[in-house]
Amino acid sequence: MLAYTIRRILMLIPVLIGMSIVTFAIIHFIPGNPARVILGDQATATAIANLEAQLGLDQPPYIQYFHYVFDLLKGDLGTSLRTNTPIAAEIWPRLAATIELTVFAMIFAIVVGVNAGIISAWKQNSIFDYTAMIIALIGVSMPIFWLGLMQQWIFAQELGWLPAFGRGNPRDPVETTTHLYVIDTIINGRFDQLWTSIKHLVLPGIALGTIPMAIIARMTRSSMLEILRSDYIRTIEAKGSRTLSVIYRHGFKNAVIPVLTVAGLQTGSLLGGAILTETIFSWPGVGRYVYEAIGTRDYPVIQSGILVIAFMFVIINLIVDLLYSYIDPRIKY
Amino acid sequence: MKKPVLEVNHLKTHFFTDRGEIPAVDDVSFHVNEGEVLGIVGESGCGKSVTSLSIMGLVPNPPGKIVGGEILFREQKGDKEAFEDLVKVKPKRLRQIRGNQVAMIFQEPMTSLDPLFTIGFQIIEALKNHMKLTKKEARKKAIELIQLVGIPRAEQIVDEYPHQLSGGMRQRVMIAIAMACDPEVLIADEPTTALDVTIQAQILDLMKKLNKEKGTAILMITHDLGVVAEMCDRVVVMYAGKVVEEGDVRTILKSPKHPYTKGLIQSLPKIHQREKRLYSIPGNVPKPGSIKTGCRFAARCSEVFDKCYEEDPNLLELSEGHSCRCFLYEKEGEVAHV
Repeated sequence: MLAYTIRRILMLIPVLIGMSIVTFAIIHFIPGNPARVILGDQATATAIANLEAQLGLDQPPYIQYFHYVFDLLKGDLGTSLRTNTPIAAEIWPRLAATIELTVFAMIFAIVVGVNAGIISAWKQNSIFDYTAMIIALIGVSMPIFWLGLMQQWIFAQELGWLPAFGRGNPRDPVETTTHLYVIDTIINGRFDQLWTSIKHLVLPGIALGTIPMAIIARMTRSSMLEILRSDYIRTIEAKGSRTLSVIYRHGFKNAVIPVLTVAGLQTGSLLGGAILTETIFSWPGVGRYVYEAIGTRDYPVIQSGILVIAFMFVIINLIVDLLYSYIDPRIKY
Repeated sequence: MKKPVLEVNHLKTHFFTDRGEIPAVDDVSFHVNEGEVLGIVGESGCGKSVTSLSIMGLVPNPPGKIVGGEILFREQKGDKEAFEDLVKVKPKRLRQIRGNQVAMIFQEPMTSLDPLFTIGFQIIEALKNHMKLTKKEARKKAIELIQLVGIPRAEQIVDEYPHQLSGGMRQRVMIAIAMACDPEVLIADEPTTALDVTIQAQILDLMKKLNKEKGTAILMITHDLGVVAEMCDRVVVMYAGKVVEEGDVRTILKSPKHPYTKGLIQSLPKIHQREKRLYSIPGNVPKPGSIKTGCRFAARCSEVFDKCYEEDPNLLELSEGHSCRCFLYEKEGEVAHV
């Protein structure tokens, strides 16, 4: 298992190199002179030359690439053209906000989706099954912005149970070390604020988690239906095992692989593209950050944003792969 | 005289499908005596497997359901004996009995073990469902069971996964799981069908040994008359969801009465005779429920006459312990079970 893990991590190296080449190339795909495109038509020749020097565009491409990779290894993602601050310092709080929201959304999606799927399969063709699958169908087809707005209207405005915007109380900020508010509040012992940040996560988390929840529920159900009909489940029943053990311990463990695949893919895409949810709930995440950078043609930020999102995807895939081989002894690559 | 440990009376298991109600097991009665091996024989689709699953309470529901009859299991409580009806007991009680006093092994060893758990885990699970054991004791017992079923390197095998074992080994593991709690009845649903011939013989020997040494009664479900001759004390022949003949193994194999049993025995290839074509009973087993009146075997029977299409024959007792469902013997036999 350990050897496999190490081998799997080493296999990431070529992926990371490929990723860096692609993101590096982005700036060179801009038609014409990138510096001119970035600065616009009115720019003076000096300004363009300065920017070229700043971006290192006056050097040969392979030198530029090595500089780029070397900077990356130092944790230097470059400087934002718009704010003139280092991107690494700017992007982490955004990324932390996205990670926090994604984790919450996926916990919701997995807990609700998996259990709904398991019970639906176990009680196939029951009222529960039909209801759960209709809800899942609605969940998959519902536009996320509409769901978000409805939630805000009902739970924030009409009922006043939950906050509709932001990550926490801005008038009473907690010292940020990790920028994951749930963890920061615990580190600082601010349990009142912990509760506030969790409350802020609920509505955007559910809005973001609804589609993955529905997909996971349907996937779990179909996977479980197949497993529950298998010979070994009958053997386990013949041993006199309790129903819960049959369904969860043996049934779900065997059914989990496709569910895990889907959950991994969903997590990856939430980490990168939750722009709608982030916009509706004023959530300062990485999706909106990159979106704004696109609007202002802040190429170094776009470049770094893509790199970071791709990196998260790679990490999620690694975790999913390692989980596969942990769950199923037959999987050895 | 041996006493019955399991009695199946007038069992009816039906399947409720889109095409209507299908009587897969239709009024089947037999009993298993303590320590004996009873064979249930018949072609595919005659209701053998459904009968065994009914005893275990494992008929997939829906669509299947036991709609009538009783399955009496003898419980020894001190000196007293009591019969419990497995059709009527609560699910919780049924779980206590299965895997403990009545255990079962299945046809497909390749797919009958959970691929994600070690052999040890799956044996220990059977032990822990019915006994209070510490981790250490359970592991020790699991290793003993693996040795009991004749698998070498028991201490390594206990930590291995099913995919690391061959089909024969897996069937031995299945037997170890079934024998974990020393059951009184072991139901074996075609345990050797999926194995090659040399392994078949080994598995049958093992079961015979467990039957002799532990006194476990075995209900052997098979379509292989060779297995019957090798293993069984008594035989029940089933056709299209009904018992057509029952008797001890000698009587059935030497002087079968029912035309179906005769046909089955005739279909066995004989080693000393050279034949152009092997004998087979013409036609197929009818779909359960497709024959409404008359004997179900009539369409394939070589000795059929008019009455066979009009009335359903009763099971007739021809001699002590030998009965047959056929109009040919109406004069000599008495009605055994109505």
